[in-house]
Amino acid sequence: MSSVTEQQHDQAAHHDGHHHPAKGFKRWLYTTNHKDIGSLYLIFSLTMFLIGGAMAMVIRAELFQPGLQLVEPHFFNQMTTVHGLIMVFGAVMPAFTGLANWMVPLMIGAPDMALPRMNNWSFWILPFAFIILLASLFMPGGGPAFGWTFYAPLSTTYSNDNTALFVFAVHIMGISSIMGAINVIVTIVNLRAPGMTWMKLPLFVWTWLITAFLLIAVMPVLAGAVTMVLTDKYFATSFFDAAGGGDPVMFQHIFWFFGHPEVYIMILPAFGIISTIVPTFSRKKLFGYASMVYATSSIALLSFIVWAHHMFTTGMPVAGELFFMYATMLISVPTGVKVFNWVATMWRGSISFEVPMLFSIAFIVLFTLGGFSGLMLAITPADFQYHDTYFVVAHFHYVLVTGAIFSIMAGAYYWLPKWTGNMFNITLAKWHFWLSLVSVNVLFFPMHFVGLAGMPRRIPDYALQFADFNAIISIGGFAFGLSQLLFVVVVFKCARGGDKVPAKVWDGAEGLEWEVASPAPYHTFETPPEIK
Amino acid sequence: MGKLSSTLWLILFVLPQQVLANNQFNMRKGVTDISNDVYQLHMTIFIICCVIGVIVFAAMFWALIHHRKSKGAKPAQFHESTKVEILWTAIPFVILIAMAVPATKTLISMEDASKADLTIKITGSQWKWHYEYMGEDVAFYSILSTPQEQITNQVDKSSTYLLEVDKPLVLPINQKVRFLMTSDDVIHSWWVPDFAVKKDANPGFINETWTKINEEGIYRGQCAELCGKDHGFMPVVVEAKSEQAFANWLSEAKQAKANAAIADAALLDQILPKEELMTLGEQVYMASCAACHQPTGMGLPGVFPALKGSPVVLGDIKDHIDVVLHGRPGTAMQAFDKQLSIKQLAAVITYKRNAWGNDTGDVIQPSQIQAAIDATSEAK
Repeated sequence: MSSVTEQQHDQAAHHDGHHHPAKGFKRWLYTTNHKDIGSLYLIFSLTMFLIGGAMAMVIRAELFQPGLQLVEPHFFNQMTTVHGLIMVFGAVMPAFTGLANWMVPLMIGAPDMALPRMNNWSFWILPFAFIILLASLFMPGGGPAFGWTFYAPLSTTYSNDNTALFVFAVHIMGISSIMGAINVIVTIVNLRAPGMTWMKLPLFVWTWLITAFLLIAVMPVLAGAVTMVLTDKYFATSFFDAAGGGDPVMFQHIFWFFGHPEVYIMILPAFGIISTIVPTFSRKKLFGYASMVYATSSIALLSFIVWAHHMFTTGMPVAGELFFMYATMLISVPTGVKVFNWVATMWRGSISFEVPMLFSIAFIVLFTLGGFSGLMLAITPADFQYHDTYFVVAHFHYVLVTGAIFSIMAGAYYWLPKWTGNMFNITLAKWHFWLSLVSVNVLFFPMHFVGLAGMPRRIPDYALQFADFNAIISIGGFAFGLSQLLFVVVVFKCARGGDKVPAKVWDGAEGLEWEVASPAPYHTFETPPEIK
Repeated sequence: MGKLSSTLWLILFVLPQQVLANNQFNMRKGVTDISNDVYQLHMTIFIICCVIGVIVFAAMFWALIHHRKSKGAKPAQFHESTKVEILWTAIPFVILIAMAVPATKTLISMEDASKADLTIKITGSQWKWHYEYMGEDVAFYSILSTPQEQITNQVDKSSTYLLEVDKPLVLPINQKVRFLMTSDDVIHSWWVPDFAVKKDANPGFINETWTKINEEGIYRGQCAELCGKDHGFMPVVVEAKSEQAFANWLSEAKQAKANAAIADAALLDQILPKEELMTLGEQVYMASCAACHQPTGMGLPGVFPALKGSPVVLGDIKDHIDVVLHGRPGTAMQAFDKQLSIKQLAAVITYKRNAWGNDTGDVIQPSQIQAAIDATSEAK
């Protein structure tokens, strides 16, 4: 508990001693403070990013040369599966939730999240989910080996005995996400400062609001899918078994009804971050704010009617294939609007290239590249050739790594000085950027080629004509993996100290978060700010 | 102007076609009309994306170079323009419609499997393909033929490493061949890039697709849907022959099947020596059983049971034969009654009961297998 002097010192903000954090680990375990919980989410996400990345290194090491060298195919499948699950549910989603926790209250002038105790709970169940998932790797039979998409009956009748652990881990992740989403919605709807009308909301807040609705809509669907897998495997139901009147393809419909909105859950907040950073370093207002809001909403709505484009080869009526092809192609329209708006924002601005801006520019180019391959994948006849090859792997890594993760990096560099009160080591951060930029393209760009040339995904060994490209891809992979350690160093050093920064860290930045001191005090906006 | 537009045409459409066709960077044109259509769609959408990308990023990099703060650029004040925003919503929309028309046409012809000359039923199982020539009484399994020593890097790899099988699917050219796809266990996906045919084989359901091959040759593909441990070791090989050569092959295949039946019948009266059964049994075991139960007979704990010291293998012979013949429904254990001959079955069961220190001393004869098969068909 705090001392009397401290109390007097910042009396204005802290009228009561019990608002101060507890000491030691209890501060983190019991915390209901949105900034603490935001930090917890971000640290957790970074840890998971490194663990999932280590698994990617195992995959790339095995694929460095043709033949089986390092791991057995069964373990290889566990690596691809758990890498996917960790990166989606452990790295990207918690990172965005962490950013939301930190920034949404600061951006809308709220004192905290609306439901602080639930906030604590939604974070603290997450580590247990991943401990369960990772522990299954060390049990007889190993962890899940059926791909992060866990198609039945590979995940039911033909999976190993530890599938229940996977199911419960996913359940816990889902509960955590739903609670996080409820918190975001309630906060944004109820705690906006007076005068903060809907069309004045910062875009990061808008995109997160829409994301939160997507989460509430589809995480229960995922919970249903894993529960049906559980009962099919252990309780003799036949949801996905034709012999009992079920249908394995129905699993895919249910999964992708969750899965496609899930893809946008991982990219809409990224759009928000980029829409925040680009105007700052262009020193010019965001072009087409209203159309950004409408484009985000249309993408979210369209995400519910395109799921079967992941399943064109499952055998659908031609009318179904046509519908899902057209709907999918349609998504490129609002996505294009966003890209055009970012370019128009930079146009005739006064641009400078601070580290967050570098990551944002890389995001715009490389995410668009992933969008282009997405449009190619939408063309159903061509999809029959692309489907389940490395072309798809290249596509979703462009949108998720150089898309979602680059935006998270951009956001982290943008707000890190606000969180710590210190400027990060700019030289190191630039090294991190340039090394990541080069290596990520060496890693993922040749995947387009091997995919088009016919290399299926999720294989531990491949035909000889793919050997050269795979060696290059692996080298890119190791370089990208190692470069991320620089990020850890930058963050760690920045948290320890550095040049002090003013409240408004970046000269072109706008928004309420730049009106509070740096580092942001433990409690902010106890009296709502005035919005002009 | 005329020169400019023809140069543009050359750069945008002809050059990429020349540089990118059928090399290791790009999709194959393939050997069917459909695969050619698919290739054209792929190139068209690719070039459209490239053109859009060049325009957008040229604008962006222009701004990044000329509108820099360090060059003294002062920010403009505009932040919306309804006209421009409507324009760049509408133009992509028109491009998409232009793209959707040929895509729809190709898709509809891809999905029309009617009026086929020949029908092949393709059944996937972990980790092999089964081909049945419908109405022709010819059927066989097609299994990876790359030796284990190549996969584990003990010997040099052949040029068709992992893309070779013991018995390829033989098809005639210039005939419409309909494929019916299904699976015995998990979902597989039958893919030959040169035909632009990829279709999932779903257990309990039948999918339909077709091809019409224009050129003789050997075409290679792989299973495209993750189907368990050896998903990467499940290739597809198709040998396309002239119509006459195909007819000859088909009658030879029928003859071979009749001969095998006669040989099997002759086996029923023979007592084969244990050494012969053990030698053959080891071969069969490595080809058909070792993927799961492992060459050591130890299995993979928690996934595939060990055969060494297994109560089934050490127990009653009849029960053991029954498991091998009919599999264990609801598990990865397949039924081998249709996959192996009675001699192979007798050999592999003998091998399992005597290898890895199981040492039961039991010798199983083909006649015992035949008796077990007859008993089941009577029970039915």
